[in-house]
Amino acid sequence: MINKVVSGAEEAIKDISDGATIMLGGFGLCGIPENCINALVNKNVKGLTCISNNAGVDDFGIGLMLKQRQVKKMISSYVGENAEFERQLLSGELEVDLIPQGTLATRCLAAGYGMPAIFTPAGVGTEVAEGKEVRNFDGKDYLMEYAFDADFAIVKAWKGDTAGNLIFRSTSRNFNPVMAMAGKVTIAEVEELVEAGELDPDYIHTPGIYVHRIFQGKNYEKRIEQRTVRAKT
Amino acid sequence: MPLIIRIWALLEKINNMAFSKEEIAQRIAKEIKDGFYVNLGIGIPTLVANYIPKGINVVLQSENGLLGMGPFPFEGEEDADLINAGKQTITTLPGSSIFDSAMSFGMIRAQKVDLTILGAMEVSEHGDIANWKIPGKMVKGMGGAMDLVASAKNIIVAMQHVNKAGESKLLAKCTLPLTGVNCIKKIVTELAVLDVLPEGGFKLLERAPGVSVEFIRQSTAGKLIVEGEIPEMKLD
Repeated sequence: MINKVVSGAEEAIKDISDGATIMLGGFGLCGIPENCINALVNKNVKGLTCISNNAGVDDFGIGLMLKQRQVKKMISSYVGENAEFERQLLSGELEVDLIPQGTLATRCLAAGYGMPAIFTPAGVGTEVAEGKEVRNFDGKDYLMEYAFDADFAIVKAWKGDTAGNLIFRSTSRNFNPVMAMAGKVTIAEVEELVEAGELDPDYIHTPGIYVHRIFQGKNYEKRIEQRTVRAKT
Repeated sequence: MPLIIRIWALLEKINNMAFSKEEIAQRIAKEIKDGFYVNLGIGIPTLVANYIPKGINVVLQSENGLLGMGPFPFEGEEDADLINAGKQTITTLPGSSIFDSAMSFGMIRAQKVDLTILGAMEVSEHGDIANWKIPGKMVKGMGGAMDLVASAKNIIVAMQHVNKAGESKLLAKCTLPLTGVNCIKKIVTELAVLDVLPEGGFKLLERAPGVSVEFIRQSTAGKLIVEGEIPEMKLD
């Protein structure tokens, strides 16, 4: 088996330089690659284009990179939880491409499946459709959307092995598997790294061929955005 | 009684008669049928889960990658890895399944989801909807709303009929950037239940108890179609 293990976040992101296009997995703060985000903040690379469903919150996740003005352009579907993001967007400091969530996911999928573009009805007749090719299939209009072209994809998994195979846990799966497939270089941080052979091949979500670097992360905070509970009756 | 007091008293009376958010959710829940897979948006739609009729089997889809969304966890049992599309901690149920975001929108696009319930800032008499952006003021993004409205075969909008300034949100034409065109077929507001007709126009089906057809007409900027007696909404 090809060994994909690197020492940690710092080594994993060592060749991410100014102006890179990176994908970051996660939905809200759920399943985000915390270790790599912190390493990118410490490295303070600038001019990044970030593809991520959300932009973190003011003091966690991608929000930390926004605060340091490391992000030139954000490609996301929903950014409502981040006041600094909204401020930079409305003031024109930050370039933002807001795209439908399903379009975002499927453009990742297309990249990982080797397809140059997809057709989706999402956004037809809205400002999202501006400048895009529209095709009609069976009487319904669809937009042509291109596969993403990202230099790096950074994802977070629950378990991984030295061969780069990944298993995700619960809804922290979200965008992680599709982004893992879509990067030219894919970096995976995992809560538990095991030897190749310890994970059942039948239960792998992302095959190691898509993963170039893997390491066991540490000090996961796993912050909860909306802690909702019910009383025991 | 001075005129201003009379107007105030009238508005007060209407406010008391109009449905609350919970009651809008309760009314929408009556549209859910046995065996439905349902996607609930953020806000009033989320409340619909509390009123799903007893004795029917419904599976809630959360577009971050879950079918079979259960209630909030008991205190102390929250799991940071298990949230819904509103980022709230939730639980799974027997029979739940987890999948990635691409598959989640795959099942939405392929119309496997029977019913979508979502909020709106504006709806037009042709079924256009706007709910993601107020230029220069608020830009939160569309999230999954554009995918949902473009693909769902059955969409119900839960919304306020008028804004805080008393202006109608049911318009001839939307003024805000659109989320989708010609896609909304049913609306439930604090005042009424309406169908959006394919040829255009809001057809009044039911009114909130004590709210007059005339008041609904004044609160609807788009074309309102009233045929015959309009019954009051019933919640059970």
